[in-house]
Amino acid sequence: MGIKQNNKLVDKNFNSTDMSIMPKIKFLEKKCIINADNVDYKTLNYAIRSILKEIDNSQNSDFPSKINKIELDNVLGQRYIGDGIQTRISISIKGTPGNDLAAFMDGPEIEIFGNVQDGTGNTMNSGKIIVHGSAGDILGYSMRGGEIYVKENVGYRSGIHMKSYLEKFPVIVVGGKAGHFLGEYMAGGIIIILGLCNSINPIKSFYLFDDDEVVGNYVGTGMHGGKIFVRGEISNHKLGKEIVKSEINEEDEIIIQKYLDNYYKYFGISNKEDIRLKDFTKLSPFSRRPYGKLYAY
Amino acid sequence: MALKLNQSEFEIVRDKGKCISCQVCVRQCSNDVHEYDEDDGTVLSDNSKCVGCHRCETLCPTGSIKIKRRESEFKSNANWTAEHLKNIYKQAETGGVVLTSMGCDKPYPVYWDHILFNASQVTNPSIDPLREPMEIKTFIGRKPDRLELKPVRESGSNIIRFKNNLEPQLELSVPVLFSAMSYGSISLNAVKSLAKAASEFGTFYNTGEGGLHKDLRGYGNNTIVQVASGRFGVDKDYLNSGAAVEIKIGQGAKPGIGGHLPGEKVNYDVSTTRMIPEGSDAISPAPHHDIYSIEDLSQLIYALKEATEYKKPVGVKISAVHNVAPIASGIVRAGADFISIDGFRGGTGAAPQVIRDNVGIPIELALAAVDIRLREEGIRHKVSLIVAGSIRSSADVIKAIALGADAVYIGTAALVALGCHLCQKCYTSKCNWGIATQDPYLTKRLNPEIGTRKLINLLTAWSHEIKEMLGGAGINAIESLRGNREHLRGVGLNEKELSILGIKHAGEAW
Repeated sequence: MGIKQNNKLVDKNFNSTDMSIMPKIKFLEKKCIINADNVDYKTLNYAIRSILKEIDNSQNSDFPSKINKIELDNVLGQRYIGDGIQTRISISIKGTPGNDLAAFMDGPEIEIFGNVQDGTGNTMNSGKIIVHGSAGDILGYSMRGGEIYVKENVGYRSGIHMKSYLEKFPVIVVGGKAGHFLGEYMAGGIIIILGLCNSINPIKSFYLFDDDEVVGNYVGTGMHGGKIFVRGEISNHKLGKEIVKSEINEEDEIIIQKYLDNYYKYFGISNKEDIRLKDFTKLSPFSRRPYGKLYAY
Repeated sequence: MALKLNQSEFEIVRDKGKCISCQVCVRQCSNDVHEYDEDDGTVLSDNSKCVGCHRCETLCPTGSIKIKRRESEFKSNANWTAEHLKNIYKQAETGGVVLTSMGCDKPYPVYWDHILFNASQVTNPSIDPLREPMEIKTFIGRKPDRLELKPVRESGSNIIRFKNNLEPQLELSVPVLFSAMSYGSISLNAVKSLAKAASEFGTFYNTGEGGLHKDLRGYGNNTIVQVASGRFGVDKDYLNSGAAVEIKIGQGAKPGIGGHLPGEKVNYDVSTTRMIPEGSDAISPAPHHDIYSIEDLSQLIYALKEATEYKKPVGVKISAVHNVAPIASGIVRAGADFISIDGFRGGTGAAPQVIRDNVGIPIELALAAVDIRLREEGIRHKVSLIVAGSIRSSADVIKAIALGADAVYIGTAALVALGCHLCQKCYTSKCNWGIATQDPYLTKRLNPEIGTRKLINLLTAWSHEIKEMLGGAGINAIESLRGNREHLRGVGLNEKELSILGIKHAGEAW
C-alpha cells in the first residue's frame, strides 16, 4: 500500500514542484512505515504531518484509526523531523536524522536508533526523545518540558536556556560525556551526566578535552535556575562563575535514581554499572538574579 | 567628597496663586516629586526627583504647574556636558552600567530632514486623492521570480489564476506596522491598544519576545510573533497564533546586546506569558547560540516554516550596523520572507546608554544600502523590507518607501500616540502614563479602548497624508513609489551621503 493509494495525503495546496520523490508508505494495523530513502526533508515531513492529520481526524474517515506509531526507515540527514508536531504518537527512526529533530515538538515520543545531529529538541515543549547513540551540539536548546535520553555523548552547549514552568519540567539524561558550555543560561529543569560511555559502549572521546572528566569547560555559565548532576569530580576551573558545587541530598538521590532507572530501561541495559549515587556532584546557580547588580539606576 | 547624585534636570514652577492644593499632582506622580504639607496646607515639590514626564502639568486642573528645564546646572562646557558629568558621578558611586530608555537623543544627522519629496507640475499631472482612487495597500512576503498564469473555468466563467501558489503574504492596509514591544516592557493595556488598533485598521503589531498574553490570542491574524534567543513564551500554539514569525537577532537601540528583563518585573501575569517562574530573570542574550552563520540562520527559519507548515511568512529582525547590506543579502538567501531593519535611533525599554548613543548606523543609510545591494544582486523581490528606528511622521514613511522600504515599523510614534512624553525612564517601570510599567495603579491610567482610538486616528491621519503626497507626485499606488529614488532629492548632503542614499541633490533634474 503506497502513497498513491492514499492520494488524499497529497494536499492540493502543496506546491507540487516542491515535492521530490514521495516516500513509500506502508500501513499496517497499528503502525505505518515510511521509507525515507532518497526523500527530501520537505516531502518527508509533509508526509508525516499528513498522516498525523489523518490520525487526528480519524473518527470521520476510513483512515486506519488505530495507528499509534510511525516508523521511519533509511533516514539520512533529513532535517526537522517531528518539528512542531502535537499528536500523541510514537515515532521510531532508523538511520541518522538531520538537524533540528523534534524542534518545537509538543507531546510525541521519538526513539532514534542511531545518532542525532545538532539542535535536537530545540524549544521542545513536551514529549520524549530517546537516542540510541550520540547527539550533536545544542541538544535541548531552550527546552521547556519533556525528557531527552542520550545513550552516549552529547556535543557543545547541551541544555542551554533550559527553563521550567509550572508543570513543565525538562530533563536531559546523558550516558556519556558532554561538551563545553553544558547548561549555559540554564533557568530550570535537570541535566544528568552519567559518564558511563567507556564501559557500556567504548567510544573514542572526540571532544576537545582529553582529561577523564565527563564535562567540558564553562559548565553552567550564566545559569540562574535548575540543577546539573554530574557523576564524578569536576575541576573548579571548568565551572561557570554563576554556579556553586555541592553534595547531593536525599531528594536529589531519589531524582537521580528515577532517571537512572529510566536510562537502563530505555536502552535495555541489564549489566548495570555499579553507580554510587554519592558520587554525583550537584551544580546549581548561586542566584536566580546573577546580573541584578549590573546596572546603575 | 560631596557628590550630589540627583542633580535636578527640571524645575517645577508652581503658581501659588492658582494652586488649590487639590493634590492631583501628588497622586499622579509615581516618582514622589510632590508632597502635601498638612500643617501649611500647601503642596511642595522636590525638583531632584522629577523626570520631566509632564503628567502633573497635563493633569493639573488649574494649570498652576509648569515643568521647566533647569539651566546652568554646571558650568557651560561643550565638551564635558552635564550628561557626561552626571554619568561619571553616578558610576563612581555605583559601579554600574548607566541605563536609559527610548531612542538615541544625540544630535547625529537625521537624514530624513535632509531629503525632500517630489511633486508634479504641468507635464505629469498630480492626482487628487480625495476624488480619485489611491492605493496604499501593500503586501509583506516573498514574491515569485516570475508570474505564470493559467486560465481556469470556475462556476461557468473563465478566469485567470496563478499557476504556482504564492508564498504566504501579510496584507497591510497601510504600510505601517507597530514594532516589537513586549508585554513586560510595556503594560498589557498598551499591548491591547496596539493589538486592537492593528486588527481594526488592517495592519500588524509585534509581540516582541514577551510571549502572547491569553487576552491577545483573539488578535492573532494581526499579530507578528517574535522568536528570540531566550525563546520566552515560544511554543507551537504561540507560533500558530500569529500571522507571521519574526526571528529577533538585533534591535536598533542596542545592536549586539541582548534583552534582560529583571526578575522584579516578572510578576504573575508576565511570568505566564513568558512561561518562566515569577521573580526569575528573563535573560535573552544577543547571540543565538544555535546561529553562528547564515546557514544556521536558515536552519532556524526553516524550522519555523516547518512548524507552521509553510503557511506564515518568517522574517528576521536585525539592527542597522556597518555591514548591514551583505548581512541582509545573506538573510534573503537564508530563506527569510521579510527583513526588519532597525536603525540606531530606534527605541527600547532599557539599554545601556553607551550602546544606545554610540552603536549602529542611521536607518536611512542602512535602508538605501540594503535596497541597492539586493537590487544589484537581483534578489530584492525575494524579500520585503520593513524599516524602523525613529519614523516620526508620514513624511518619514513616504521617504522610507521611496528609498526602498516595503513598510515601516513604528514604536516610539505609537507610544507617543498613547500618551508617552519621551522622558526616557521606561527602565524604572514607573511610567506615569501607564505605558512602560506593570504597576496596576499606573497601568489603569491607560484605557485600551481610548488607546486603540488614538492609534487608529494616527494611522488614519498618516494614511491621508501619504495619499496627499503620493497624489501630489502623480502616483496612485504606494507600490509604484517603492525604491523610486527619482522622487527624492537631498539638501545639505555631501557627495558620499548622496551616493549611499542613491539620490540626487536638490536642483538636479531627472
